[in-house]
Amino acid sequence: MTAQSGIIQPPPLISVRNLRLTGRRGRGPETPIVDDVSFDVAEKEMLALIGESGSGKTSIALALTGYARRGCRIAGGNIRVAGYDVTNMSPAELRAFRGKTIAYIAQNAGAAFNPALPLMDQVIEPALLHHIMPRRVAIERAIFLFELMALPSPGTIGTRYPHELSGGQLQRLMAATALITGPEMVIFDEPTTALDVTTQIEVLEAFRTVRREEGFTGVYVTHDLAVVAQMADRAVVLKNGVVQEEGTTEQILSAPRHAYTQALLAANTPQIRNDTAQVTDSGKAVPVLDVRDLVVGYGGAGPDGRPRHTILSNVSLPVLPGETMGIIGESGCGKSTLIRAIAGIQPWTSGGITFEGEALAPRIEARSASQRRHIQLVAQNADLVLNPAMSVGDTLRRVLTFNGDAATEAEIGRLLDMVRLPSVLADRFPPELSGGQKQRVNLARALAARPRLVLCDEITAALDTVVAAAILDLMMELKRELGIAWLFVTHDLHALRSVCDRVAVLYAGHRVEFTPVSALEAPPHHPYTRRLENSVPEMRADWLSEVIDRRGQTSDTVSALSSSPGKGCCYAARCPVRIAVCEVSVPPVWRSPAGALISCHLATQDLS
Amino acid sequence: MTMDAALIRAILRIIGASLVSLIFVTVAVFFITAVLPGDVADALLGQAATPDAVAALRHSLNLDKPVLVRFVIWVNGLLHGDFGVSLVSRRPVLAMASERLIHSLLLAGVTALFAVPVALVLGTTAAIFRNTLFDRAVSLLTLCVVSVPEFLIATLAVFIFSVQLHLLPALASISDIHSIGSFLASFSMPVTTLACVIVGQMSRMTRAVMIDALGSSWVEMAVLKGASPAHIILRHVIPNVIAPLFNVIALSLSYLLGGVVIVESVFHYPGIASLMVDSVAARDIPLVQICALIFCGAYLFLTTLADIVALLSSQRRHAA
Amino acid sequence: MTVASLARWWAAIPRIPGALILFWLLLAVLGPLLAPFAPGEVVSRTVFAPISAHHLLGTDYLGRDVLTRLLCGTSSTVLLCATATLLACTGGVFLGTIAALKQGVTDTLLSRFMDGVISIPSLLSALVAVAAFGSSVPVLVLAMSLIYMPGSYRTSRMLALSIVRRDFVLAARMRGEKAGYIVLREVLPNMMGPVMADVGLRFIYAVRLLSNLSFLGVGLQPPLTDLGSLTRENLLGLVYGAPAVIAPALTIAVLTVGLNLALDSNRGEPD
Repeated sequence: MTAQSGIIQPPPLISVRNLRLTGRRGRGPETPIVDDVSFDVAEKEMLALIGESGSGKTSIALALTGYARRGCRIAGGNIRVAGYDVTNMSPAELRAFRGKTIAYIAQNAGAAFNPALPLMDQVIEPALLHHIMPRRVAIERAIFLFELMALPSPGTIGTRYPHELSGGQLQRLMAATALITGPEMVIFDEPTTALDVTTQIEVLEAFRTVRREEGFTGVYVTHDLAVVAQMADRAVVLKNGVVQEEGTTEQILSAPRHAYTQALLAANTPQIRNDTAQVTDSGKAVPVLDVRDLVVGYGGAGPDGRPRHTILSNVSLPVLPGETMGIIGESGCGKSTLIRAIAGIQPWTSGGITFEGEALAPRIEARSASQRRHIQLVAQNADLVLNPAMSVGDTLRRVLTFNGDAATEAEIGRLLDMVRLPSVLADRFPPELSGGQKQRVNLARALAARPRLVLCDEITAALDTVVAAAILDLMMELKRELGIAWLFVTHDLHALRSVCDRVAVLYAGHRVEFTPVSALEAPPHHPYTRRLENSVPEMRADWLSEVIDRRGQTSDTVSALSSSPGKGCCYAARCPVRIAVCEVSVPPVWRSPAGALISCHLATQDLS
Repeated sequence: MTMDAALIRAILRIIGASLVSLIFVTVAVFFITAVLPGDVADALLGQAATPDAVAALRHSLNLDKPVLVRFVIWVNGLLHGDFGVSLVSRRPVLAMASERLIHSLLLAGVTALFAVPVALVLGTTAAIFRNTLFDRAVSLLTLCVVSVPEFLIATLAVFIFSVQLHLLPALASISDIHSIGSFLASFSMPVTTLACVIVGQMSRMTRAVMIDALGSSWVEMAVLKGASPAHIILRHVIPNVIAPLFNVIALSLSYLLGGVVIVESVFHYPGIASLMVDSVAARDIPLVQICALIFCGAYLFLTTLADIVALLSSQRRHAA
Repeated sequence: MTVASLARWWAAIPRIPGALILFWLLLAVLGPLLAPFAPGEVVSRTVFAPISAHHLLGTDYLGRDVLTRLLCGTSSTVLLCATATLLACTGGVFLGTIAALKQGVTDTLLSRFMDGVISIPSLLSALVAVAAFGSSVPVLVLAMSLIYMPGSYRTSRMLALSIVRRDFVLAARMRGEKAGYIVLREVLPNMMGPVMADVGLRFIYAVRLLSNLSFLGVGLQPPLTDLGSLTRENLLGLVYGAPAVIAPALTIAVLTVGLNLALDSNRGEPD
């Protein structure tokens, strides 16, 4: 390495030159995954590898450790990490290098921990394998790292097994595993993608803390630009295995040069797509769908006549004609159960649902043909929603003929056009379509029934950001054209804000807030709504520090999602502003000045 | 280790299910073998029998009573240890079956002792060296073994070892075993044949179990920690595959029951399986019934054992 | 049903195993017509004769033409086993799909019954059936189809269960489609590939079982003959390495191993 223009620069810790990775499926031909990728990472620097699915970002990260998954191989180029020539090391040299010099944090900690071994054994394993310290010292260091990352009961958490802990906790334990040997280099492979936003904050903060204390060099693999803003100093943008752009995080996020980066940035930037007239609940309009005091549970009835385990507790939700109603909450809050109950595939215990003034039977089989036709469900996973053995045209044709409509080629063309797909796609089969195309066909199938209400269950969750943004745009165009009502379930506050008129916030099966979107900006709000809002990462570098400063380190309470019906506020266990009464009595519902219905014991001034 | 009530309930449910299966099997064996009673008396006495003689025999065998009554008589006998009398030799079938059973258990035991370790090692190494020449060779060989009928392997063994190499006698006989040498000689052919069948089956299943474990995220993680292949197998894989492997062993041993029928017949080995084949050929129904019950009982025992082991080990893994 | 859908059905049949089964079926139908002699006819005074121009595969223990007997034996093995497999798998797929679709009591009852049948080793069931009903062709075919139905049922039920849970079946149910439509258009087309492979596997099992039975002397009875009984009756020829015993043994091996290899390579390695 040479000194340039008089200033002596330290050599980069990682230097990747003209890296080529190839892979093959089964006995198919070898195809490139990554082509001619070069980048450097300076010592103590954190570099982000940004890309969507298929960009080759994980393959590059694994290649840094000299590892390629089954069927893949490092086909060319040069990787130097901390003075090691990774591409030319023997298996024994690689073993001595991995876990000691370079450590890896996987995306899904739930799968990456051995289910049969207690966690402490797995956390200290690298230190013992590389004979860095005796077992006793390793355990002490592990407990120190647990404390640093704010894990609950750091002294004993190591005796647990993986299935006993939450995803966020496992992800931090995985970080402790990586850091136990004090490696020079740590790879983070989408470590928070599978987590809820509120958990993600805690994990990101834990990562930042250990980085400050331990001072390693890092590579952070992600598709989320807002996470990049918090974690990385520099970034490399990848698409289909080719570098699009490289620069400092600030430059990439504020002044992207490459068109792809600009598109990625635009898709990540919150925007209001919903420009139709605001629907106000004046109390006069007749709801197209009215959910009243719905209770869903299992495990038989308890002593109080309610189910032993409730998924939904007295949820009410009036949906007006032509409006888009959003339902938000984290995994396990009951939002999918609500959708399924409305769709007629999830029986309920008490309460009821009316559609256009008529009661809906719990079972889909018992509903009238007209009801079945006019409520359509668009499900989340585009790979499962379309029959792989039926062409797109046949799929749409069947819906038309079943409902007694004319199934002409022209009509099918019109439906495809409605979801902005070319009519030639009618002859294709789902496996030949991309994820975004499948989700559009899925929408077209729902629209073919000429519905009055469309239920959308996380329809963008499985899609890449850019594709998801396009689907949201399409939804809004359809809303303007067709005037139908939508029920939009999501965990993504950006998506919710950009398309919805009104929003219901669900927590542990309770509707904690019900508000017009316009009122989301105006306090007061339910503490959980506020927490959700604050948890959505923003593309400012100082966002995470601000949030953490503002709320202080709130403890990570386990099992907060299990509700005990009828006893106190469902959110009391996690609430930062709880008072004594929260534990014992159900909070009242009151209306804020901006029009939000909030169920909380505290009054406007306390929540502002 | 404390066994909680839920675990005990689960075990009892497995045992209960196999008891139900055993009852099902008992009923099925009786009714299948009992629906054509006329044939039995005719067959025993031959064409020349007088109608009176046939009627007398039918009466003495209770064949003139309705099927359900005979079923009750039969079950009652079973519960009192009376399994009936052979139609051919007139000896109690229980005694006939039990002396042959010892021989069969010996054969099966020696085979298992020999085949289980070989199969586990073969399957595991094939999984570790997946897609190498060794793996392909093992896969091809075991595929051939599990594809062809068992008698073909037995015939091939006779052809190679007895006809071509004159190494071993083709027939096994328990009575002339006097030394270790003669024991080995008379046993080796049936054992080798039977072991081939079991090893083929078991090593393929072992390979599948191991490949499943080796493809997991936590093995990849161990690789990235810098663990050696031996460490990964011993420390990470073994604790996770014990349950499925026990399952594989128990299932394979239940395949042994099918193989035993062929092997005993080919090598004229005086075990319970050849007794059953002979009794089928002679249509000696009481003997068929007891042999079938013993076989099904053994089979159910092994599959139940497999289920319980799988349950216990998954329980241990999830114990707090 | 459109042409495109029919093409999908066709495409679901595994290529090489399908061609192999077709070949054996053709041989089974045409073979006896091509045989140079009558199957029971004693045509030579030499027993266990070696290969010659007159008797391409030599003669058997009675001096009959081995090629003729082999063609007839192959024919009965393949046709009997194919019929039994067809019956077993038609029943198994039908019941398995119904159980997966209806679930509840239907599923529990069917599954318990099938578990009961499967808890008897196949060779034993066959022996018991033969002991009771004698070893005629209908008994053998029916016994084999009953013995292999539970396996086919289990496979199809598992396959159908995974498909029934998918959202496109849910969409059809929500639309109000009849069970028949759901089974024929939504479920079956998506499980045809694995079901076809399963049919191939059960055919192999059937061939093994029938050959074993016949080899034990309790399978197909003279004058009918199959590959197992051909091996059995000529077993003495083993001492001379006579083609009379090697030819049928080899045919069984080629039939079962070949088909299993084809199925195995078709399964391939999962990604």
